[in-house]
Amino acid sequence: MWRFIGYRLLQAIPVILAVITVTFFLVRIAPGGPFDSEKAVMPEVKAALEAQYRLDQPLFSQYTAYLGDLARGEFGPSFKYPGRSVNELIGAGLPVTAELGFYALLVAVVIGGLAGVIASLKPNTAQDYIPMTAAMIGICMPSFLLGPLLVLVFGIHLDWLPVSGWGDIPGDKLLPSITLGSAYAAYIARLSRAGMLEVMSQDYIRTARAKGLPEWQVVTRHALRGGLIPVVAFLGPAFAGLLAGSFVVETIFQIPGLGRFYVQAAFNRDYTMILGTTVFLSTLIVLFNLLSDILAAWMNPRLRAQFGEQ
Amino acid sequence: MIRNLATVVLALLLAACGGGESNVVQGNREGILHYGNGSEPQGLDPHVVTGVPENKLIRALFEGLAVKNPYTLEPEPGVAESWDISADGKVVTFHINPEARWSNGEPVTAGDFVWSWERALNPAMGNLYAYMLFPIVNAEAYAKGELEDFEQVGIKAPDDQTLVVNLNAPTPYFIQLMDHYSTFAVHPETILKHGKKTDRFTRWTRVENMVNNGPFNLKEWKLNRRISMEKSDTYWDRDKVRLNGVIFYPTENLVSEERMFRVGQLHYTQTIPLDKIPVYQAMEDTPYVQAPYLGTYFYLINTRRPPVDDVRVRKALSMAIDRHKLNDTVLQKSNVPAYSITPPDTLGYYPPKLFEYDPQQARQLLADAGYPNGEGWPGLELIYNTSESHRKIAVALQQMWKDVLNIAVTISNQEWKVYLDSVTQMDFQIARRGWIGDYVDPNNFLDLYLTDGGNNNTGFADPRYDEMILELAPQAETQEERYRIFYEAETMLMEQMPILPIYTYTSKHLIHPSVKGLPSNLMDSLNLKYVWLDPDWDQQKRAE
Repeated sequence: MWRFIGYRLLQAIPVILAVITVTFFLVRIAPGGPFDSEKAVMPEVKAALEAQYRLDQPLFSQYTAYLGDLARGEFGPSFKYPGRSVNELIGAGLPVTAELGFYALLVAVVIGGLAGVIASLKPNTAQDYIPMTAAMIGICMPSFLLGPLLVLVFGIHLDWLPVSGWGDIPGDKLLPSITLGSAYAAYIARLSRAGMLEVMSQDYIRTARAKGLPEWQVVTRHALRGGLIPVVAFLGPAFAGLLAGSFVVETIFQIPGLGRFYVQAAFNRDYTMILGTTVFLSTLIVLFNLLSDILAAWMNPRLRAQFGEQ
Repeated sequence: MIRNLATVVLALLLAACGGGESNVVQGNREGILHYGNGSEPQGLDPHVVTGVPENKLIRALFEGLAVKNPYTLEPEPGVAESWDISADGKVVTFHINPEARWSNGEPVTAGDFVWSWERALNPAMGNLYAYMLFPIVNAEAYAKGELEDFEQVGIKAPDDQTLVVNLNAPTPYFIQLMDHYSTFAVHPETILKHGKKTDRFTRWTRVENMVNNGPFNLKEWKLNRRISMEKSDTYWDRDKVRLNGVIFYPTENLVSEERMFRVGQLHYTQTIPLDKIPVYQAMEDTPYVQAPYLGTYFYLINTRRPPVDDVRVRKALSMAIDRHKLNDTVLQKSNVPAYSITPPDTLGYYPPKLFEYDPQQARQLLADAGYPNGEGWPGLELIYNTSESHRKIAVALQQMWKDVLNIAVTISNQEWKVYLDSVTQMDFQIARRGWIGDYVDPNNFLDLYLTDGGNNNTGFADPRYDEMILELAPQAETQEERYRIFYEAETMLMEQMPILPIYTYTSKHLIHPSVKGLPSNLMDSLNLKYVWLDPDWDQQKRAE
């Protein structure tokens, strides 16, 4: 097991290095720069700004200098927000986005898991079709539609919940979590249905039934653990995806998270911010993939045996 | 498990319903204005940042030598209690108010301004708005690094209360510039405590460090969430300030902003989504306030590229646009059709109107240029930066040109920075453009089209025009004379039609009826000193 983890961590280094390199040079190729603005910038001013950000140096030495900064854990100063470092901006946005992602994942697992399991118990009946149709709609409904709809109903017409904000007014975390979680709930419903269907046809389920266990115990004690493995494998990438992909929901609900910084950084050509967030998020994705692999291995006796042999 | 979760959800719902008092109601009682400010500011250093949200914040925290009256836009005393302008108009002497204080209690001195203006002009600072001080003798040379000795720049402080400024030429709008944040003073010791004088990356603007001299002090700054300010008790004119505080929200998404307003989270919105305008306009006692704004929406024409290198083609394109129809349909009557670059009534100046919608003459001009009824038309591309409203306008014009002139124009969007790059490199035939004035004077619009000016981007060049703007207008004896010269120059400009004016901007806000003392003005300028909240606004209404 430890060898597996160590091996995967070693594998991650060239991946992240490649991400850094590709991003670094790609953003420089994009037309326009961080100091272009609607009003013409005096050449002297532009030169002074470029000097302050090392942009006057050759590209390759900028690259090596950046790698040096990274090794010290420094993402550098932001172009768009002078006076703030990228570390500070990530530090401000990450806890919010992580919390939002966590609640969204909770919504996704509870609703999606429940729907999938219920559907799988009586395949090809109304009990299957109704949750699965709902899941299909959930996958198809983009958050930029669902979010405003929820706000319109619960925020404005019923006036039950705040229309925006995060942690300012009680209940303001509910709608964004549901909006962000629902698309993932739909995926999880489909994954858990498929997983459960496969497990429910296995011999050991027949054995459990033959022992005379009531059906609900067969499901909770024997089937769930195996049936939900695909879901667990999906959770790691899903959480990373929630962190990197919460831009739309953060914009709709005015949430001060990382997603907004990430996307705006690209529009602003905020080189250090683009790099900082990309490197940071790709590291997270690698880590979460690893975590969900470990979790899946722990849940799956067959895989566990494989590690034992290694 | 499920029961627990249901309980939690129910509790959350109830909690949300229970805390029923909105920001607006609470704010009215406590004297706190909840202000939708558009976006998270880049920062709060007056010599580093640019932008409208930054402007609103900085002008609440700092005060320049003179401030604009929000009703008339006329300058009135700020840090300077008065000023004298010499007979030749080239020497301005500011008399600093002895009561003006920094938030740490120290007096604001003329020396602080000399120090700060050196900082604003210092080439190492990279201040995008350094040019605001260029009317001052040698300021431009200093900012460009051609002059190293700041002693030679026309800014002197003979004593703590007197600031003497020498100008290159009479500059009627110079006092107005004193209300622009790039000319504000910063507290020297505070800057130096947190870094070098010209450092852009310092922490001096943080809540715990900031020393400022305006009507409000920074209380809380939560990134992308809100900036809270409280009334300053050191500000010289504090008795006039009626608000106890202001909370600025970075309302980037205008749809969300409108929703926040609707449920009472905001007193004031920065703007309003276009499709909501008719809804609000139809309301009785509408909170929607629309007013002329000092800005023009237009298209740049690259006069060096065929077929628009021919002035007849440019005129044909312009005359084929039915601006009233565009405004009434696509723009929901939210703007004012424009026929020139300077907005009408810019401090009493009205631009010439040389043409109007005239399909007949447009077709004739196109035929004269060699494309009768669009025959032989080589095609034309129009670019705009990605935005739904720009797209709608471009599509409408594309159709008008097709209908009136029978010519094909392709439209393509470009991402903001790509678009800026295309405009700067003049890599386009027609490009969308907008210009918002920094100060109320025709000069601010007309000096765009000086030969090779940084914001010209059209290839328009006329030495006679340059002479009128740079030499003749500043030397005019009276304002009428000066405006007559501007009018003549603008007529020359529009006869060449290097731009297609489309409309004059309006400011569009939703303002809660309890907000008083926040009038509309051409600059959309906010002077929080005048603003107050009436907690009894609805009782009054009922009494009526």
